[in-house]
Amino acid sequence: MSAHSTAIGVSSKRGVWGGGNEPLKASYGKLMMWFFLLSDIFTFAAFLISYLAIRVSYPAYAGPADTFVGSNEYWPVPELVFEAVPFLHGIHAPLVFVGIMTFILISSSVTMVLAVEAGHRNDRNDVVKWMLWTMLGGITFLACQAWEWSHFIHGTDAGSVLTYINSLNREVTETVFGANLVVNEYGPAAFAQLFFFITGFHGFHVTIGVVLLFLAFYQAAVGVYDRRGHYEMIEKIGLYWHFVDLVWVFVFTLFYLI
Amino acid sequence: MEIQDTKSTLEVTPRNNDKIKKIWKTAGILLALTVAEFIMAFTMDRGILLYVLFILLTVWKAKYIMMEFMHLGDEAKPLFYSIIVPLIFLVWLLIALAKEGTDIFLMRW
Repeated sequence: MSAHSTAIGVSSKRGVWGGGNEPLKASYGKLMMWFFLLSDIFTFAAFLISYLAIRVSYPAYAGPADTFVGSNEYWPVPELVFEAVPFLHGIHAPLVFVGIMTFILISSSVTMVLAVEAGHRNDRNDVVKWMLWTMLGGITFLACQAWEWSHFIHGTDAGSVLTYINSLNREVTETVFGANLVVNEYGPAAFAQLFFFITGFHGFHVTIGVVLLFLAFYQAAVGVYDRRGHYEMIEKIGLYWHFVDLVWVFVFTLFYLI
Repeated sequence: MEIQDTKSTLEVTPRNNDKIKKIWKTAGILLALTVAEFIMAFTMDRGILLYVLFILLTVWKAKYIMMEFMHLGDEAKPLFYSIIVPLIFLVWLLIALAKEGTDIFLMRW
C-alpha cells in the first residue's frame, strides 16, 4: 500500500495512520466520480420510488386492453400509452419504440466499455473508434427521446374526454389531446408530470454525457491522453455513461413495463 | 506555432480477445434479460407476481452493468462497500413510500 508512496522523505514503515496511504487504491478523479454517482443514484432512486408511491395511490386500469380509454380516474397501462413508432402512424405497436431505444442505449454502453478496454491498452485508434460509436449511440437515443416526447405531448388522433380543473381554476369537460403539466389524455395529471420530470432528468444526464463523450473523443483523437501517459479520463467518463444506462434500465422497468 | 508531435510514446498492447469476448457475453446477457422482460410483458397477467419478477430482472441487469461494465467488482473492497452499503437506505425508502402510497389509495377510494 504505502510501499510505492511518492511523498519525499517519508518512510515506508510509518503504518496505516501515517498518511500517504491509498486504502481505496483508486485515483482522486475516479473516487470522486464514484461518490458523485452514488449521490446521483439517490436522486434518481428518490424520483423513481416517488413514482411508485404516487402510482399505487391511484387505482390501476383493470379492464380489457382493447377497450382502454384514457381517464384521470385511474392510472393507464403503459403498453397502451407508449405504442407509436415513427413513420408507422396509426399502427398499434406497444413498447416497440421504447424497446429500440433501450437497445440503442445498451449498445452504446457496450461500445463504451470497449473504449475503456482500448484505453487500458493505450490503443488510440481503438479508443477513438469506440468513442465515436458511443457518441453516435447517445445522440440517436436523444433523438428517439425527442420524438417520444413530441408524440406524448401532441397525443393521439382521438384524444380522451376528461373532466378536470383547468389552469383558470374552472371545472371543464372536453376532449383532451396529448399532455401538459395540467392535464393529459392518458391518465391522472401526475402521470404526465412524472413522465416529463423523470425521463427529462434522465435525458438531461444523457445530454451532459454526450458532451463529455465528445470532449474525451476529441482529446483522445488529438493525442492529449498519449502525452499525459494514461487514458484514465476515458474510464471516468465511461463510469458516468454506464450510470446513465443503469438509470435507464430502471426507468424502463418502472415506466414502461409495470 | 510549433507543430506538436502527436505520435504515441506509449506502448500499445495488443487486444486481449478473452476480455473482449467477456464484454460481448455480458452484452448478450443484458439483451437476453431485456427480451425476457418483453415476452413477460405480453404473455403474463398483470399483477404482483409479474411486477416482482420485473424488479428482480432489473436488479439483475443492474448488477451486470455495475460489476462487468463499471468494474466495481474489481475495485478495492472498501471502495466496493462504500458504494454498495449506503444503498441499504433505499430499501427503507421503498418500504416507507409503498406503505404511504397504499394508505393514500385507501383514503381516496
